[in-house]
Amino acid sequence: MTPLLETRDLSRHFKVGGKLFSHRLLHAVDDVNLTINEREIVALVGESGSGKSTMARLLAQVYKPTAGQIAFQGKDLAQLRGRKQHLQYRSDVPMVFQDPFASLNPVYRVSHGIKRGLKLHRPELSARERHQELLRVVAAVGLNPPEEIIERYPYELSGGQRQRIGFAQALAYRPKLILADEPVSMLDVSIRIGLLNVMAKLRDEEGVSILYITHDIASARYVSDRVMVMYGGHVVESGPTESLLADPQHPYTQLLLSAVPDPRAPLEVTAEAAKAEPPAVIDPEPGCRFRARCPLAVDECAHVTPVLRTVEHGHTAACHVTAPTEVAAA
Amino acid sequence: MTPTSRPSEDTAALLDVRDLRIVYDSPRGPVEACSGVNLTVRPGEFVGIVGESGCGKSTLLFGIAQLHTAPARIAGGEVRFLGEDLVTLPPKELNDLRWRNLAVVMQSAMNALNPVRTIGDQFEDAILAHEKWSDEEIRERSAEVLRLVAIDPVHLGSYPHQLSGGMRQRAMIAMALLFTPDLIVMDEPTSALDVVAQRSLMVQIKELQQKLGFAVVFVTHDMSLVSHFSDRLLVMYAGQVVEFGPTRTVFDTPSHPYSRSLLDAFPSIRGPKVPLLGIPGDPPNLADPPEGCRFNPRCPVAQEACRSEAPELYTLEASPDVQSRCLAHRPTDPIDISSPATEVTAS
Amino acid sequence: MKFASLVKNRKALIGLILFGITVVVSLFPGLFASQADADVIGAFAPNLGPSTAHLLGTTSYGEDIFSQLVFGARQVLVIALAAGGFATVLSVLIGITAAYLGGVVDEFLSLITNVVLILPTFPLMIILARYAGTSNWVMIFVLVATGWSYGANQMRAQALSLRNRDFLEAARVRGERRAYIILFEMMPTMTSLIVANFLGSALYSVLAASGLQFIGLGNRSSDSWGTMLYWADSQEALQAGNAMWIIAPGLAIAVLSAAFALMNYAFDEIGNPALRPVRRKDLRKAKKAAETLEEKGAGHDAYVEAV
Repeated sequence: MTPLLETRDLSRHFKVGGKLFSHRLLHAVDDVNLTINEREIVALVGESGSGKSTMARLLAQVYKPTAGQIAFQGKDLAQLRGRKQHLQYRSDVPMVFQDPFASLNPVYRVSHGIKRGLKLHRPELSARERHQELLRVVAAVGLNPPEEIIERYPYELSGGQRQRIGFAQALAYRPKLILADEPVSMLDVSIRIGLLNVMAKLRDEEGVSILYITHDIASARYVSDRVMVMYGGHVVESGPTESLLADPQHPYTQLLLSAVPDPRAPLEVTAEAAKAEPPAVIDPEPGCRFRARCPLAVDECAHVTPVLRTVEHGHTAACHVTAPTEVAAA
Repeated sequence: MTPTSRPSEDTAALLDVRDLRIVYDSPRGPVEACSGVNLTVRPGEFVGIVGESGCGKSTLLFGIAQLHTAPARIAGGEVRFLGEDLVTLPPKELNDLRWRNLAVVMQSAMNALNPVRTIGDQFEDAILAHEKWSDEEIRERSAEVLRLVAIDPVHLGSYPHQLSGGMRQRAMIAMALLFTPDLIVMDEPTSALDVVAQRSLMVQIKELQQKLGFAVVFVTHDMSLVSHFSDRLLVMYAGQVVEFGPTRTVFDTPSHPYSRSLLDAFPSIRGPKVPLLGIPGDPPNLADPPEGCRFNPRCPVAQEACRSEAPELYTLEASPDVQSRCLAHRPTDPIDISSPATEVTAS
Repeated sequence: MKFASLVKNRKALIGLILFGITVVVSLFPGLFASQADADVIGAFAPNLGPSTAHLLGTTSYGEDIFSQLVFGARQVLVIALAAGGFATVLSVLIGITAAYLGGVVDEFLSLITNVVLILPTFPLMIILARYAGTSNWVMIFVLVATGWSYGANQMRAQALSLRNRDFLEAARVRGERRAYIILFEMMPTMTSLIVANFLGSALYSVLAASGLQFIGLGNRSSDSWGTMLYWADSQEALQAGNAMWIIAPGLAIAVLSAAFALMNYAFDEIGNPALRPVRRKDLRKAKKAAETLEEKGAGHDAYVEAV
């Protein structure tokens, strides 16, 4: 079965430093192979500087890849020609943004973005059908009564409600894959679950896949089928959610998991001073980018960049120490 | 509103907030952001204040530290610190207390630190505002506090943007430690940090607390974060305290439906995966709060009485060190909340 | 809805009334006075003081001052609105384009803006007026050419701050064309700034045009208020004891300028729906809230939300 979306050796670099003649390159994303299948939620987990937001923008075609390819339904995005094809991709793969307070134009009613989306991407609908669809998607994300909600301005809705509108906007395109860039991080905890449940519902009832980008591994576990962990522009571990979290192989994944506070665990106050934080990867040398913070680092880590190797079925990790060789897929 | 007898009527309390009311004078009329809050902090204790946006926790913190500005004003109550009521204390004496005995760590270091001055200069400012020390003494103390938070003193010459996010926050904490205060109040100091840096910072704060013996009041929206480090937990909703007690107790057996729902809203990474509900609806508009219990429109076990009678903060009979603002814990004629809500009208 | 909010703000209401009076007078001058009274030299006895026959007295040429004021209103208003309008259009186009397109285009447009900005305005106006003649259209051209650059910088700054807002990126990701985004997504959020800019330009034009006319660079045979001042000054009205000849047009200029300034207060609200009076609440409560809300701006809303 062809995956819905697939990237091969995807990289994106940015020039940094002085203006015109700078040669220094920030490697935001390097050699990423990402796969998303139909009807699945894939979580892309990482801290700031990991490259996860850049990945979202690459897939949304806000940035062009520096290297590598993105293939949607088997077709290379670089081969899209003309406004029509690009528009079609945008309606198949829309994006939901992080900040509910900035993602809706404050001057228009909340239905504005949905209506524009319907007009641009589903021109076959009549005006009445568009209105029906508008009401349908607003109800599908749990905003009731839809007739009343669509008349409101953004400032009249709460953060959680605005984010739901964001999802409704995406849903109006009849998308195959929704790119959700930290959609719940700016919401209150008690509201987050509501949104996460909406995402699961969209997968189950509308058959939509979602790329859920987040730094919160607990919410990633709650809603996703598969998880990919990013660090310093690389994917360091990837696999089905439950098995990855039950038996994390990469030291960074283990660090992430240990950092999630568990109120039930006894408090051990170790003499652990804060180690270096995620690096800005500028003109990197070959080698593992996590080695400065890794308790398991060996000599090889400083010279050879580890690649993702299968640890068990579907579960891969890029570490010389814990995954030195390919394990034959069971 | 007179509070029922507080469980730890401790006259040696470091901080004793009594019936504090903070009001915002908005164009639509006065809005009560904090309604009769009671809070005690013992020396060396770590108290976490938890709540979501709009609950009044930041307002409370600012009120305690006397940092509130118009249109916010203290409309009633006391803030007793080291025997003095901060609300009525004249500015000069208040200034004496500031930083020496009571220090504040803000939410975002980048907002609190002056971007065009070095860390060392800002430490110097803080010191000179309260003491007349020599340059030598200033330098020594500045280096000392930086070492306490595991920052190389060479960074006294650095500008804030040259430090990483985690280091900046630690520099803020170092600044608060300059005079080894008795109490440090912190307003979400970790929210701008990644999860690993967050944990690191919390561990550091806890270590320092154990080493130097200061008390901490820590405001956050992240219940699981603070509950791993705090001695007592105070849960706020709609400007009121809804639960207050030892962390372990509040966490294992929350006595208020909001605390329980809030705890349930955190997906866990350990243990079985269960579908969660969150809390439907939105926090109330404080300009026009619901009748009766303020949580009743969203409460999963609200009963008829909850919609008309406003509960007070009751001390639990079974565990006298816990207080809960729920009619189910009313000493005389508690209501029964074992059945689901009679009619949940969540918007 | 928009007029409702204008009416509720007391300052804006006064401004609107003053502006309204000026508009009515300029549209139907014949209702208030006669052209002949204003223009015919020797129609009346010179330098008469105010009386029931001549509300503001007569000039030293025997023209009725009140009639001149009435007929002059149209001139002033046309110049103010036209110059203000064109200058604003130019600032908006240049400022927003520079901000949105960025890069070389931005550098180029910013350079032009800044050069024009630092040119000394009044001397430039004098030179242009000297060589280009004295008709009203020349006046408008001069005012626009010297007045657009300040606004352009403001527009550019505002557009820059908006450029990376998520809702604009959402529009981009949605597949909207660039022109659509600039015109329909970005500009509507800048309405209050654009209108403020227009009112400011109009105000500037009233004063600058009157100034140019006063020193004789305008159309000296027009009835415009600045021209009245020119003639009053050249005839040494004060020495002749005819203070009203100077006071009347001077006051009229001041009042029209004030009208523009006062109207500025209300337009913030139109641009930002969050500042409009709440619909669903009790009407009296909303009315009261709206009044004081307009006085203080959105800051208090933010406080209540921040609680």
